[in-house]
Parts: sequence; structure tokens; C-alpha cells
Amino acid sequence: MDLDFEKPLEAIEQRIAELKALNNRADVNFDTEIAALERKLQTASKRVYAKLTPWETVQIARHAERPLLRDYIQGLCSEFIELHGDRCFGDDQGIIGGFATLRDQRVMLIGHQKGKTIEEKIKANFGMASPDGYRKAMRLMHLAAKYKLPIVSFIDTPGAYPGFEAEARGQAEAIARNLTEMSLLPVPVVVIVTGEGGSGGAIGIGVGNVVLMLSNAVYSVISPEGCASILWRDGSKAPLAASALKITAAALQEQGVIDEIILEPEGGAHRNPAAAINATGDAIVEQLRRLKKISSKRLIEQRYEKFSKIGRFKK
Amino acid sequence: MAWFRKSARQRHETLDEDLWTICPSCKVHTYKQEWQAGLKVCPKCNYHERIGCMERRDLLVDSGTWREYAGHVTTSDPLNFSDAKGPYSEKAAAAKAKTGLSESVLTGDGKINGIPVSFAIMDFSFLGGSLSGGAGEKITLTAEHAGRHRWPFIIISASGGARMHEGIVSLMQMAKTCAAIARLNELDVPYISILTDPTTGGVSASFAMMGDINIAEPRALIGFAGRRVIEETIKQKLPDDFQTAEYLLEHGFIDHIVARKDMKEFLHRVLQYSQKH
Repeated sequence: MDLDFEKPLEAIEQRIAELKALNNRADVNFDTEIAALERKLQTASKRVYAKLTPWETVQIARHAERPLLRDYIQGLCSEFIELHGDRCFGDDQGIIGGFATLRDQRVMLIGHQKGKTIEEKIKANFGMASPDGYRKAMRLMHLAAKYKLPIVSFIDTPGAYPGFEAEARGQAEAIARNLTEMSLLPVPVVVIVTGEGGSGGAIGIGVGNVVLMLSNAVYSVISPEGCASILWRDGSKAPLAASALKITAAALQEQGVIDEIILEPEGGAHRNPAAAINATGDAIVEQLRRLKKISSKRLIEQRYEKFSKIGRFKK
Repeated sequence: MAWFRKSARQRHETLDEDLWTICPSCKVHTYKQEWQAGLKVCPKCNYHERIGCMERRDLLVDSGTWREYAGHVTTSDPLNFSDAKGPYSEKAAAAKAKTGLSESVLTGDGKINGIPVSFAIMDFSFLGGSLSGGAGEKITLTAEHAGRHRWPFIIISASGGARMHEGIVSLMQMAKTCAAIARLNELDVPYISILTDPTTGGVSASFAMMGDINIAEPRALIGFAGRRVIEETIKQKLPDDFQTAEYLLEHGFIDHIVARKDMKEFLHRVLQYSQKH
């Protein structure tokens, strides 16, 4: 599935594929033409992806083939023992978690699950977690503290679920409690924004010692569509809102919210999922090795300091 | 100019507005003086009108004991944000001029029947009481200050949620303020949250829900997502009492609903349990 701004690339790719097919069966040889087109594709890709608008980045962050939590688990973890349930109400599938061996590191892994197939998407409620999901995540994080396991939290959600039941069971309270209790976790917390960082639903599992972000992920106080419909009174102004809100990895790093950007393969993680997953694994392990040397007391202080300096008033 | 063309009915209404307050909820007319004396609460249906942070402070704090804290903190414009209506910086300047406040929250210390307390009092008339970098900073600084003095901390919320115009900085204030509340918990310093109309979005999903005791004013709107968003999501109408203080009490998220006139006395009774005995 190609995005609008990728259409020129798609045309060249198609031509290359056609020539390659002809090359295989006929006695003609198109090697020089193919090589020329491939060079052309490379330059064109560089041009397209070097100057993505924030709205185009949003499209990549939401791309249907972008790697999801299950792909990261499969690609990085030799073992994942999923743990279920919030011990209050149910087992939300918008957030999942459990013991994981990520490369050589034993961790508590949690994250939003979006689902690939339509059945999976419905089961995961498209990555929009309910209070039960946030409460399960907090239960697992407390367990991590007890077992002295570092926590790795993957963020990829359009937002917390705005539903009737979710409100009745205290969506606000569940997120608020996570924010409060995560600030006191005595173990390292590594957060990675892999796709969409949708507002309260994202920060609800996002209070980390470090917050990493993939280069085409976005993280925002409100969706560009929501912002446009409120401040522009016109949802179709979402591209404008996406620019104004400064939601790209580079802009967020400048604002001191993101500590490190994980570079995606050209064109986005969906064009080479294995490479994106691998780069993410490298970045996580590097942070875990560093953070594991730091005392519990210092980890809590450092996390407090990290968030309290955001929005610190300067005369 | 053309006053003589006004109909008798129109003239009557003008007269009405000067003398009477019409309850937005039950439409009953009350003498303006009576409405004011009743703390802007409808004597007929107990509707609590929204009031400003200064009025709230005066209702709760012993006279002559108030001292503002972190009053130097004001709005900033980290994104250089502009929307259809123009630059955020102008909007913020207009809000300051209109309200005389520097941010959407007033912070300081005062006494409740002699007990020293630190306060953060939000004001809905300042950009919808939105949580911004400045507001989060004031709440955090005041929580830290309360912690140093071991004074109980009270936040009175009145907010539509995070302020979009400051982008991610506003979102991060949810984590920042909650971390400050967590520190008070570690110090065993009491934190009481009062939720007034409205307390929604990022404010309900952070410090407002985290009180040792959560108190709400009658019929205050309290919730995470907006009613319209939920109705669009679930494709059905919501019950009338949905997201009211009474609904939250019934669902276990609020300890008490307390009328405006009784708030100070109630706080005093509760605070006595947190003092040295």
C-alpha cells in the first residue's frame, strides 16, 4: 500500500519490475536500463523522504504495514510469557505485557497492541486501551519492581478508548494512577514510541527514564484531526494542525521530550521491518545496559527530573 | 438611538437581566443579590455556577492569611503556535487581560480555620482552565513547596484538559504534576482534590483523580473523553447523568459531593484527621 506522496516512486518501481520480468524470459537485456532506473529511484526516494511534511509522517506512523508490537516481540525476544488480566475486571487486549527475554536481557515488556488482521484489530480495539489495560500494565510494572526487572514499554496508540464502559470504569483514574505510580518505580523504564503516541493513552504507559522514538513516529497532545476540528473548526485542516503541533521525532527531541531518535530505513519502517526492529532492539539494549548500573534511588530522581524540567518556567 | 422602537417585551427583558439571574439549569429567576449571596448556587435546583479562582480562594481561606506562591510563572509559547484565529501568544495575552491572572491556576498558601494549607486553584475563565507548561509548573512548584513545609495540599480543578496550543509540553504536565503528587504521598503529606465543573481530559486523567480524598461539587461534569466523542464512538446517546459528580460517586471515583457553602467546613473536618494527634 503506497501513500499519496509515494506515487512517483511507485511508478519507477513498477517500471523496474516490468523490465526485470522481461529480462528473465526474453533474449533481450535491460540491465543498463534497470540500473539507471534504480539510481533514479534512489535519488527520487531521497528527495521524497528527506522533506516529509508532519502530516506525511503521520501517514507513515499509521501505515497498515508498519511493524506492530507483536513483530517487535517476535523479532527481538527469544521468549515472551504473556501475563493476563488486571485482577479487577478483565484482560484488555489494547495493552498486553509479560516477561520477555529481549536479546540477552530479561525484562518486563508492555505495550499497545493494534492488530494486523481485522479480527486482531477488533480484539485489540485498534490499540485503544480501556482502564483495564492501564491497570494491567501497572500491575505488571509493580511486579517488575518486585522482581527487579527493567521495564520496556512500547507506545503505539491512537489514544485511550473514549467509550461508555471505559468512562464508567474510570479511564481518567487509571491513567492518572499510572502516571503517579510509574514516577516511583525503582527499576529502569525504557519507553519507545514506535508509531502513534496518542495523548493520554500514550503517556499512560510512557513515564520512562528515557523515551526513544522511531524517526517516523509521532507523539501528540491531541490527534491532528481532533485539533483541527476544535481550533480550525474543520477536520480537513489536519495537515495544518499536524505542522502547528510539532509532533515529529525531531521536533520533540528539540523540546526535550525525546532522548533519542531511532533511524528508520528509508521510506519508513514498513519498507524494511526487520531493519527497523533490529535498530530498535539495539537502542533498547544500549539503554538497558546503561540504566542497569544506576541505583534505584537515582533512577527515581532522574525520572522526576526528566519530566519536571519540561515546561520549566524561564523568565 | 432607536430605543422607542423597542417592543415592551424587549424592554422588560433588559430590566430582567439587571435584577434577576436566570438559572441556566432550571430557568428559575432569582434576585441577583440573592444569587450572589447564595455563592452563585441556584436556591431552587442546587445548580452550582462556575466561579473564578479568587472567589474560591475567598470562600475557603481565612481572611488575611493568603500568600501567593509561584506567582511569577506565566504562559509561554514553546511552539510559536497559531491557529485559524491567530497566534496563541495573542490569545494568552487577551486571557491575561480579561482575567487579571497570569495562568489558568492560582497558587499559594492560606489557612483553613487556622490549619496552614497550600493551594492550586484552577480558573475556567482562563483559556478553559487548560493545563499548560506554566500551569503544570505552578502546580508542581507548589506541591514541592507544600512538601517542604509538610502542609496539606489542595487542588481545585476546573479545566477542559491539556492546552493544545503548547503541544506535547502540555501533555507532559500530566506526568510532571502526578510525579509531584507521588512525592507528597512518599512524605505522607495530605493531598485533597476538589473537582468542580468541568474537570475533564488531561486534568481528570492526572492530579485531579489522585487525591487521598476526591471531593466534587454537585453535578460537576467530570470525565476523560468528551460526551460528543463518546457518542460518536459508540453510536448511541448517553444517559443524562453520565459523567456527573453523582455518577462518579456511584462508580467509586469520588469520596464525597459537597455543596459550595459547606466546602470549607468539610475540608476542615477532614484535615483534622491528617494533623498530629
